[in-house]
Amino acid sequence: MTLYGKGLRSLSIATAVVLTGAFLLIAFYAPEDADQGIIQKIFYIHVAMAIVALCGFTAGGVMGFMHLRTHDRRWDLRSYVAIHLSLILAVGVLLTGAVWAKGSWGSWWVWDEPMLVSFLIVFLLYATYQPLRFSIEDPERQSRYASVFAVVAGAFVPINFAAVRMADSFIHPRTLGTTTGGMPGEMMLTFLVTLVGVALLFVTLWKYEMAAKHARGQVKALRRRITGERASVVGGRSAAPQVHV
Amino acid sequence: MRSTVAAILRKDLRLELRTFEAIPSMTLFSLTTFVLFHFGLNETSVEGDLAAGVLWVTLLFAAILGLNRLFVAEEEQGGFDGFLLAPVDRTAMFVAKATGLFLFLALVELVAVPAFTILLLGPSPWAILPELILVLALGNAGIAVVGTLVAGIAVRTRARDLIGPLITLPLLVPVILAASQATAPLLAEGGAQALPGRWVAVLGIYDLIFGLVAYGVFDFLLED
Repeated sequence: MTLYGKGLRSLSIATAVVLTGAFLLIAFYAPEDADQGIIQKIFYIHVAMAIVALCGFTAGGVMGFMHLRTHDRRWDLRSYVAIHLSLILAVGVLLTGAVWAKGSWGSWWVWDEPMLVSFLIVFLLYATYQPLRFSIEDPERQSRYASVFAVVAGAFVPINFAAVRMADSFIHPRTLGTTTGGMPGEMMLTFLVTLVGVALLFVTLWKYEMAAKHARGQVKALRRRITGERASVVGGRSAAPQVHV
Repeated sequence: MRSTVAAILRKDLRLELRTFEAIPSMTLFSLTTFVLFHFGLNETSVEGDLAAGVLWVTLLFAAILGLNRLFVAEEEQGGFDGFLLAPVDRTAMFVAKATGLFLFLALVELVAVPAFTILLLGPSPWAILPELILVLALGNAGIAVVGTLVAGIAVRTRARDLIGPLITLPLLVPVILAASQATAPLLAEGGAQALPGRWVAVLGIYDLIFGLVAYGVFDFLLED
């Protein structure tokens, strides 16, 4: 039996350091935007969370694909944790996006901002992931169907972004676009540091969650060994994949 | 493969012919929704963007009605077990069901679209009929492919009537977006404008990608 938390301590410290550094850079180093003012600083965390959440959804799809190929339940657990965390980040993206829209364009919701609209659609799709898991009782089938969902939804994300982007009138700043010249160096540096920080945060939380799920599975296995089959009744409401050690 | 697809398709069509369950209810639903839109929007006629939106949203919801029933016979009467026992390619089930849903939608539109032009549409659609049929076919294909896949997932869940539409609607947002954008200029007031090629292309790419994805993963839904 091994614990899953290898390297968690150094990873946590690195995340804390980089994220603190990113916040300091956002607060003191990055220049204030000429026409948007202080509200523009929400952009760093907003876009960083958006990119990490999208990568998390895609990673969840790839892990679901691995589960379908290998029939290894651990891939389903990885996919589940990645999608779960990305969903939480997506809520953050929607909230910060709404605040930013209110601050710089004067309304909480702007339909011609493709990032926000795409995120809403992606969020609505992934919000059905948990209900889907909950409504399938057989654990083996639940993992399989959840992985199919993860693969299909992973393919949906880029198509959805392309289609919504085509339909809008380009009010949204193209962060990494090449046509508009991009942003000044200080802003770029701050943004990249924030992006690394949020990505580290995602990986750290993912590993913590995996470690917790594994520890729970091990505790359950040990308890079962002591008390016999009686203890195998699962308490609580969760659709998370169970770990069998 | 081809004979398996044909057999399942023939079975579904015969079932529909004997029960008249899906197509008449989907058609009736579309007509009622047009009436609802008339009162909800308080318009005697619509054109352009509004007409495209009313048409596509109505067709989408009618399709949802159909795909909720798509696999119910298989699940309840043991058709899945029989299919799995037979030495045939499992993807045949997907191809047959998606083709069936496409045909159902086409038959519904055969009544619903003329009814729409009579009840609600302002400009005459005769001049742009070929273009409209092309967009309808591409939109149907997207709805059929994604709808069949999600119906295959949803039918084995406890809350299938809930889970199916819940997953289908966000997945079909790009289809409705592209189909409405492609249809809107055709139904514009004062003469139809040209069919926007790039939205037709988006529909085609969507159909292609999700056709391949669904074709690839559908096997895993039938594994037990």
